[in-house]
Amino acid sequence: MEPEAPPVIRGFGHSVRRKEDPRFIRGQGNYIDDIKLPGMLYMDIVRSPYAHATIKRIDTSAALKAPGVVAVITGQDLAAAGLAWMPTLMSDTQMVLPTDHVVYQSQEVAAVLAETRYAAADAITLVDVEYAPLEPVIDPFQALEAGSPLVRPDKDTKSNHIWHWEVGDRAATQTAIDNADVVVTEDIYIPRIHVASIETCGCVASYDRVSGKLTVWMTTQAPHAIRTVFSLVSKIPEHKIRIISPDIGGGFGGKVPVYPGYVCAVVAALTTGLPVKWIEDRSENLQADSFARDYHIHAELAADKTGKMQALRIKTIADHGAADAAANPSKFPAGLFSIVTGSYDMPMAHVEVDGVYTNKPPGGVAYRCSFRVTEAVHAIERMVDCLALKLDMDPAELRMKNFIQPEQFPYKSVLGWEYDSGNYPAALTKALDKIGYAELRTEQLEKRARGELMGIGISTFTEIVGAGPSDTFDILGIKMFDSAEIRIHPTGSAVVRIGVQTQGQGHETTFAQIVAEELGLTVENIDVEHGDTDTAPYGLGTYASRSTPTAGAATAMAARKIREKASHLAAHLLECSVDDLEWIDHQFQVKGAPERSKSMTELAFAAYTNHPRGMEAGLEAVCYYDPPNLTFPFGAYIAVVDIDRGTGEVKVRRFVAIDDCGTVINPMIVEGQIHGGLTMGLAPALYEQIWYDPQGNMHGGTLMDYLVPTSMETPSWETDRTVTPSPHHPFGAKGVGESATVGAPPAIVNAVVDALSHLGVTHVEIPMTPPRIWKILQDKGVAL
Amino acid sequence: MSVEPQATCTVTLRVNGTEFTSAVEARLLLVHFIRENLDLTGTHIGCDTSNCGACTVLLNGEAVKSCTLLTIQADGGEVETVEGLEQNSVLHALQEGFFQEHGLQCGFCTPGMLMSAKALLAANPSPTEAEIRRGISGNLCRCTGYVNIVKAIQYGAATLRGETAVGTQAPSTKELSQSHA
Repeated sequence: MEPEAPPVIRGFGHSVRRKEDPRFIRGQGNYIDDIKLPGMLYMDIVRSPYAHATIKRIDTSAALKAPGVVAVITGQDLAAAGLAWMPTLMSDTQMVLPTDHVVYQSQEVAAVLAETRYAAADAITLVDVEYAPLEPVIDPFQALEAGSPLVRPDKDTKSNHIWHWEVGDRAATQTAIDNADVVVTEDIYIPRIHVASIETCGCVASYDRVSGKLTVWMTTQAPHAIRTVFSLVSKIPEHKIRIISPDIGGGFGGKVPVYPGYVCAVVAALTTGLPVKWIEDRSENLQADSFARDYHIHAELAADKTGKMQALRIKTIADHGAADAAANPSKFPAGLFSIVTGSYDMPMAHVEVDGVYTNKPPGGVAYRCSFRVTEAVHAIERMVDCLALKLDMDPAELRMKNFIQPEQFPYKSVLGWEYDSGNYPAALTKALDKIGYAELRTEQLEKRARGELMGIGISTFTEIVGAGPSDTFDILGIKMFDSAEIRIHPTGSAVVRIGVQTQGQGHETTFAQIVAEELGLTVENIDVEHGDTDTAPYGLGTYASRSTPTAGAATAMAARKIREKASHLAAHLLECSVDDLEWIDHQFQVKGAPERSKSMTELAFAAYTNHPRGMEAGLEAVCYYDPPNLTFPFGAYIAVVDIDRGTGEVKVRRFVAIDDCGTVINPMIVEGQIHGGLTMGLAPALYEQIWYDPQGNMHGGTLMDYLVPTSMETPSWETDRTVTPSPHHPFGAKGVGESATVGAPPAIVNAVVDALSHLGVTHVEIPMTPPRIWKILQDKGVAL
Repeated sequence: MSVEPQATCTVTLRVNGTEFTSAVEARLLLVHFIRENLDLTGTHIGCDTSNCGACTVLLNGEAVKSCTLLTIQADGGEVETVEGLEQNSVLHALQEGFFQEHGLQCGFCTPGMLMSAKALLAANPSPTEAEIRRGISGNLCRCTGYVNIVKAIQYGAATLRGETAVGTQAPSTKELSQSHA
């Protein structure tokens, strides 16, 4: 008889088709709005038309008389229960519902509960709210001036200034700048944007009065942290709260915070005893959920005359809206913005950021970005190009000259980070070769001679992800470890439960591949579960590209605990010492006698049927992984743009992205992540912005005017990779979900500036919309 | 003839081949009828301005945004939703294409994309990339950057033309050489 072929494990490096897809392609996903419970009420929210106003009166009587309406909740009702305010993740406070004062347009003012969705929507128009408008605080610089109206009179400081944060050596940076041959200076605004995941936020809250258990299905990227916060705020014992994050239709950072709607729905479920569903409209999602960015950056980069960088100085005003409701680690009010020295061997730097309140929705969350890294990368990558222009150097050559070199890793940056690994020259060289850089420069010269506007832009970014080591990283005091639990069943299949939560990243596939690789089980026989706090081990959730660096590591380490136990089972079955065994080709073999071997499937059976006396039965393990450091993915991106002199339209003709995220688990999924990330980098560079007029009216509050890129604008991305494993991660992975969003915008801006640099243009603000570009063309006398 | 928004009307529609007669409010959106009355939750809602296309279904073979139609406007019509694509436990070629070409991530836009793609291929069995991009330009995706959605539709189109679709993704058993820590 022919020996059986060994099972195909399909561990690392396999483009395993996704285990989650069969349900999604059939329309069988289970998203929040698909959940329907018997007797469920629907909640809709009354919102403020004013950015800043006093509430004189709320009359709910007409709404309460409307057909199907069950209750109306106001801030006064919540105040009676001590719930009118809630903590933010940054230890600030935020109104759930106001008692007397609204601080941003579209702020939640009252919640209506009704028997049907339509009845609730009808009734919100019947809640009569009398406002007395106040002068709004819109410009963050004016907000800091003496005499500005106060956004938060509840604060003791009686100021719109929230916090000051700085890092680096102020005096030495000043000296280095004073002594430098060349200093370039630029003001860079990173506008307010919104993740606009295609699924909006929502929840279904259900309270069982008999068991005292509260179950909340909600669109959250961090169910365990939410459970703890809910318990602390509500005083419901934590074991009586179950948070379930079902299929999530995109997160990108926007589903990390707790929004007032969730709290109102929970309060409604607790008080009515009926299940309550709340689903945002898109307009509500864009107008009131946490925004991203809104950084006003003043940057100075100093160098010697050969282009060697000497110092970087950054001052930033961070517009946080009406509350600091960012989702940064607690000790990092400006997130990881101090990665701003980038991929360059910067001798000196000083960075300061001031957080400011304004009458805009609260936040400062990510937009597919690890804690303010996009702002940092935009600043440094723009400044490098400004320096290249000033020195009349090729921007690729200037980057090569200043890169941290491969032999310098692990590299301690002047602002305090220890970069784990990297090979920046290799990535840039690969990108230059792939796009044909020299030929493009020749083409550009020819086109310029004909009056055509073409530009080539480079971004060689360094990311900082995988938060994070417990000595410095926590959210509300909870350390940012992550977890995995693996149970191997007697017949050799497995269930893996993880503390992170997929929103499209493909964890059900890639985490199965990690276990397959570590234990020699086939991917098909491994199911991954997540998002249910009653079953998954405690974890801090998925954002900031942290799943693979933290929970992925935990999964590998849990698998290795299982392998260790299995080695004793193998020794028992093979009647040898554990020291005589080696793990080869995904099974245990007796050294020198490969025919004497035991697979994990055989050992799993033995763990329940034939384990030695004195050994515990079963084969399972849990790991809570505390990463020793962050990981530092990187990449080299090159964009080629053409500008229409008649319309000012920027067309991204080509875009080459070379990414290095260390070890690749599933190449297909990694490439997919990069495609999506690039598109979310293109978006703020060219299209998306939320802005406010002086009265605090929001612009960009629907998908009619908040321009999410369609298939028509999005180029066909060209991707490739280098592989520089992380030395401290159990299998060398670094995380990849956000690299492209972080790295892409400055490549596109640099390309546009490059197309216009011969006209004297050194900087263009984003989004680089046709009107903005056409105005520049007009000013420079080249508009057609 | 006008009708009050909350007046009750009786409609008869065929949805995925099954006929339903229901009394509905005149103002009931087709997407809510499909999702709430028929419990076919594969059709999603992603916006309130007809921009995102997550609610796309076929009405009499034409791709429509079901958040922008009243149920009574579909009276007497033939509606097809994502749940109708699979026939006799065999996936539609487009579903297979999305699976093989990694044409989805969070999956929320996917049903709408599939239905827009089906309408596109019915009108044009051999679309160019530009024609595919135009065909799905009413459907927003935040995860994929559209590259693999285009490939997925090309895959499905080839299958529907009777050709053997050649995917662009590596077979999932192929080893890649790379260093591991």
